[in-house]
Amino acid sequence: MTGARQRIASWLDHRTGIETAVRKFLYEEIPASSGWHQVFGSVAAFLFLVQAFSGILLAFNYAPTPGDAYNSLRYILTELAGGRLIRGLHHWGASMLIVVVAVHMIQAFLYGAYKKPRETTWIVGVGLLLLTLAFGLTGYLLPWDNRAYWGTVVTTQISAKVPFAGSYLSRLMGGESAVGVVTFARFFGLHALLLPPLTALVIAFHVYLVRKHGVAPAPGDELQPKKKFYPGQVYKDTVAIFAAFVILYVLAVVARVPLERPADPTDTSYIPRPEWYFLFLFQMLKFFEGPLELVGTALLPALAVAVLLLIPFVDRGRMVVVGQRTFGIGVVAVALVGWGGLTAAAIATTPAPSVTAIDYSAPTGWLQLSPEELAGIGYFRRENCVSCHLSGSKKEGIGPDLAGTGVHKSAAWMIEHFKRPADIIPGSAMPPIQLSTDQLNTLAAFLLKLNAKNAEALYSAPAFAVDGAMTYQSNNCGACHMVNGVGMRIGPPLNGIARRRTRDWVARHFEAPQGLTPGSIMPAYHFSPHERENLVSYLFALTD
Amino acid sequence: MEAAAEKRAKSSRRTFHLSAIYGLWGLIGAALAAPALVYLLFPPKARKEPEWVEAGDAGSLEPNIPVEMVFRKNRVDGWKVISEKTTAWVVKLPGNEVVAFGPQCTHLGCAYHWDGSRNQFVCPCHSSAFSVDGSVVSGPAPRPLDRYQARVENSKLLLGPLQPNTGTRS
Repeated sequence: MTGARQRIASWLDHRTGIETAVRKFLYEEIPASSGWHQVFGSVAAFLFLVQAFSGILLAFNYAPTPGDAYNSLRYILTELAGGRLIRGLHHWGASMLIVVVAVHMIQAFLYGAYKKPRETTWIVGVGLLLLTLAFGLTGYLLPWDNRAYWGTVVTTQISAKVPFAGSYLSRLMGGESAVGVVTFARFFGLHALLLPPLTALVIAFHVYLVRKHGVAPAPGDELQPKKKFYPGQVYKDTVAIFAAFVILYVLAVVARVPLERPADPTDTSYIPRPEWYFLFLFQMLKFFEGPLELVGTALLPALAVAVLLLIPFVDRGRMVVVGQRTFGIGVVAVALVGWGGLTAAAIATTPAPSVTAIDYSAPTGWLQLSPEELAGIGYFRRENCVSCHLSGSKKEGIGPDLAGTGVHKSAAWMIEHFKRPADIIPGSAMPPIQLSTDQLNTLAAFLLKLNAKNAEALYSAPAFAVDGAMTYQSNNCGACHMVNGVGMRIGPPLNGIARRRTRDWVARHFEAPQGLTPGSIMPAYHFSPHERENLVSYLFALTD
Repeated sequence: MEAAAEKRAKSSRRTFHLSAIYGLWGLIGAALAAPALVYLLFPPKARKEPEWVEAGDAGSLEPNIPVEMVFRKNRVDGWKVISEKTTAWVVKLPGNEVVAFGPQCTHLGCAYHWDGSRNQFVCPCHSSAFSVDGSVVSGPAPRPLDRYQARVENSKLLLGPLQPNTGTRS
């Protein structure tokens, strides 16, 4: 067996040289001081491969045009098994890559690994940092939700203000008039076609340079015998890669990446924010006004890149032990504090995400329910029916699983049962439900429609919408208005009201309908602020 | 003595390193490959109940004479629902059973047609022929014609999803 394998290996090696090349790569000599502090480059390369892998998988089910992009991503997230995990890997992988690249650079900086003859290795590394950021910038648009759209509007406007090159840059980005199909195609082309092979080539060149000059030694290494790269250092790299992978995987499984509403250029209430690693640039723009604006948008970023590129030519001293590089450590500390402060300030001035935002990466079947059914979900939750009547609940098996089997009783039977459970089913341990007759009707109406397929709405319907529907139902709005095809047409149907009115208008209209719509026969409703807020949010969430 | 002990320690460390390298990379590979396969191979969740559409008038059918009916049908295509023109070959069999055949030959999916002179459905690609009840008469077709779920209400023909025919040739 081994003999046969060796013969095949040596046949292949004779003709391709693969084995020799791999051996040469693995048994490279590295300085005695090499160790755990040098694992970050390998981790970054690994994360790049994970991005390529997850990106290709996403592309298999993704349509790169504005309208379809959103729908196909939603399809990946809500209908394909594993789709959410793969998008999670790609999303969090991007953030981790930025972190690891930064740590890798800080390590190289503190150890003075850029010193002669390794200046070009450092410069190519700065190029890789910029490529990583370009990936983040272009990928941000591709979900084509509100976040993506508005973030890119700001980016393209900034680049349009660059002196001399601005108009050409914005033309290159297809954003001369507005962010639209052309910009989208350019960003997709960059993100999926140009940047990946380019980055792979630059990584190859970077690794080639590392190999050409050897891993940077520490002072005192000359006297020590050299080590082999394999397996000692490969083991350390592997452990670090595995640790990074576990963190990434846990993030992808646990931390939901939301999908917002589809890009809406007419939305005036949206508060755009860039991805966290660009927040410091975003914050900096607030400090520069008028003609000084260019300082924040172009001059300082360009200066920062120039400083990074010039480091090896400014610091040309001998290698120094890391612990003695007090100046270098100080520079890193100041940079981190500056970056962290700006980022923290940006986060502090960002309003908390609204509780009424809908996560479109989750099923949104509840949007199709009638107000009565949605209010029924509210009573189902409020009376805590969930704890005995759904599979997977904490007291599973105590009551029948209403979602799994469906309800086969009449509404009248259910209502009697709600009021006096044991009278209808002798020995029932269910406590009586203390709701008004109207509310019991609502609950029964919902249960009649409940089945295994729509049961997810029980969990996914957001609290604000359920509250809004309960207010809608208890005030009998359906006697005049129609929602999702249910109700009367005496007043206007309420689907699509978000396009016709502002939130403020609707809120004031409740208080004094005739003040805003002379001749309206709608009575005034004096809701509590909380009720009004949730009702308006619910109505504005309705689909057209 | 000491040199030998050190050599043994070195070799066992090497074995540990190697097994860690192979083990951890194996875990990473499996953790990436498994969801990728699930993602690519599992069918998407069904978004819509199969719908029944009206294909045409069943009252005018003559026994044993197939008619081509063209109707519009919604089909879920990935992330889209498209409305498309669809064809069925509809025939009233003896016993008044109305049957609607899917428009594709069961061999390789070409569109076949009814040849009145031969009293057979004939496929233009590889000369498969089917009798009026859909069974294979000759040619390479592996199984009888596929049928839509069908029912007649007030002499309107309603068609449901196309059921792949799992029968054998005859």
